[in-house]
Amino acid sequence: MNLTLNIWRQDGPEAPGRMVTYQLADVSGDMSFLEMLDVLNESLITKGEEPIAFDSDCREGICGMCGLMISGNAHGPVTTTTCQLHMREFHDGDSITIEPWRADAFPMIKDLVVDRSSFDRIIQAGGFISANTGSAPEAHSVPVEKRKADRAFEAAACIGCGACVAACPNASAMLFMGAKVTHLGELPQGQPERYARVVKMVAQHDHEGFGGCTNTGACADACPKEIPLDVINTLNRDLRGALGRGR
Amino acid sequence: MATPTLLQGEQTARRTTVFMKILMASTGALFVFYVLMHMYGNLKIFFGYQAFDEYAEHLREMLTPILPHTGFLWLFRVLLILSLFVHAYAAFTLWSRANGARPQRYAVKSAAKGAARSKMMRWGGVALLAFLVFHLVQFTIAKVNFNGNFTAAQLGDSTGKLVIASFQLWWVVLIYVVAMVALGMHLFHGVWSGAQTLGLTDSAASRRLAHATAHVVAGVVVIGFLLPPLAILFGLVK
Ligand code: HEM
Ligand code: SF4
Ligand code: FES
Repeated sequence: MNLTLNIWRQDGPEAPGRMVTYQLADVSGDMSFLEMLDVLNESLITKGEEPIAFDSDCREGICGMCGLMISGNAHGPVTTTTCQLHMREFHDGDSITIEPWRADAFPMIKDLVVDRSSFDRIIQAGGFISANTGSAPEAHSVPVEKRKADRAFEAAACIGCGACVAACPNASAMLFMGAKVTHLGELPQGQPERYARVVKMVAQHDHEGFGGCTNTGACADACPKEIPLDVINTLNRDLRGALGRGR
Repeated sequence: MATPTLLQGEQTARRTTVFMKILMASTGALFVFYVLMHMYGNLKIFFGYQAFDEYAEHLREMLTPILPHTGFLWLFRVLLILSLFVHAYAAFTLWSRANGARPQRYAVKSAAKGAARSKMMRWGGVALLAFLVFHLVQFTIAKVNFNGNFTAAQLGDSTGKLVIASFQLWWVVLIYVVAMVALGMHLFHGVWSGAQTLGLTDSAASRRLAHATAHVVAGVVVIGFLLPPLAILFGLVK
């Protein structure tokens, strides 16, 4: 298939950015979206032009590096990561607009690459449990209710890709944070730091410049790992719990 | 620009955006209770302006003689006004935060429900605020009669008569129709959103319940508030 690609180009954090249009011919439906960009980049390199910078690592949908805004949809038109999106989802003659995640807390690095280390700092602020390390404990020594184990597992699927922030009208990271708070808060190991955690994480989130939540659900619709909106409910409930405990 | 630093020291829940939302949700819940009571009171006009005026007098006598005449009414009014300040302050603070959180917009936006809903809540809220001022001046503060067919002497100090006179004018009814649609839309999202903000939507069943409650409250409020003005406009209540 032949495609028209409108791609955001920006040389660096302070450089002015612009949309540039490229024509790409003979794209196979079996290519992944990133392979399609690889092909475009090879043709640019052959012509002596600067290739388009974009992020990727695992290319198997588990690392969360490859976020792109594709014609207004985070990670494109289907519920998956950009690396797992295939060109068969598009049609001959399509025009596709590719932009980086837009959020004040995800500063621009180059072209389609943004800096998501604000997520790392939110985790650093409280998204962990303190436990003695050593050999793995016997799995049955701490019983976990099936319902809680399932919910923790579902929330733990978050890969930190940032699609929730990218899709949110307020550029809020509540779904990401809710996933972490739920994942740790449902398990016995997460209890001692539960209420301190939620306050520290939300405070760091706000400090990074993310917006507040309006419960619109655009995040959950965009999430490649289908993290449900109710993790934000858990986050809110834990913050209310922290208030009640004088934090 | 974001500040790439890790916050040091103790943090408090009261300084977070989630706390702002909790303030908005609790004041919102008070408004919902108030609005439902107000709607119920308005329906008294179907039993004549005397019944309406009597109800208004009962509100002034609530909890007397423990409280003085209009004592309860004033306590409730003060609570509502304070809540409105808190609600609007939180709304505008979060609105401005949200604008700052995405300084560079997307060239192509998906037709996602998200952006439309946030806009609806914010601009709809501003519309409600403007309506509130108009409404209070019209019926409470200045008691303005726009209907030339009624003289001040005819109306006396009966709010019930003023209501009937006012809604005989199509343009007054139109303002109320627009305002109540705005209110319905605000509650359509707000009641669900408030439930989630207060941490009440833990299970699939409670989520469904919150959505259903939001839709029912929005519907009841719009219909309940618009029945009297429409009935008066079409001459069913005189
Ligand atoms: C001063 C005018 C008002 C403004 C500027 C305003 C604005 C807002 C905004 C921006 C939200 C947040 C929406 C969201 O989180 O999705 C909200 C929520 C809400 N509003 Fe208002 N509003 C106003 C008046 C009212 C009135 C008169 C009522 C009652 C009838 C009301 C009831 C609610 C409720 C129940 C919520 C849900 C709270 C939550 O989202 O957690 N608001 N309002
Ligand atoms: S919640 Fe979903 S969209 Fe957000 S960072 Fe995690 S995986 Fe990505
Ligand atoms: S490159 Fe790892 S998730 Fe896409």
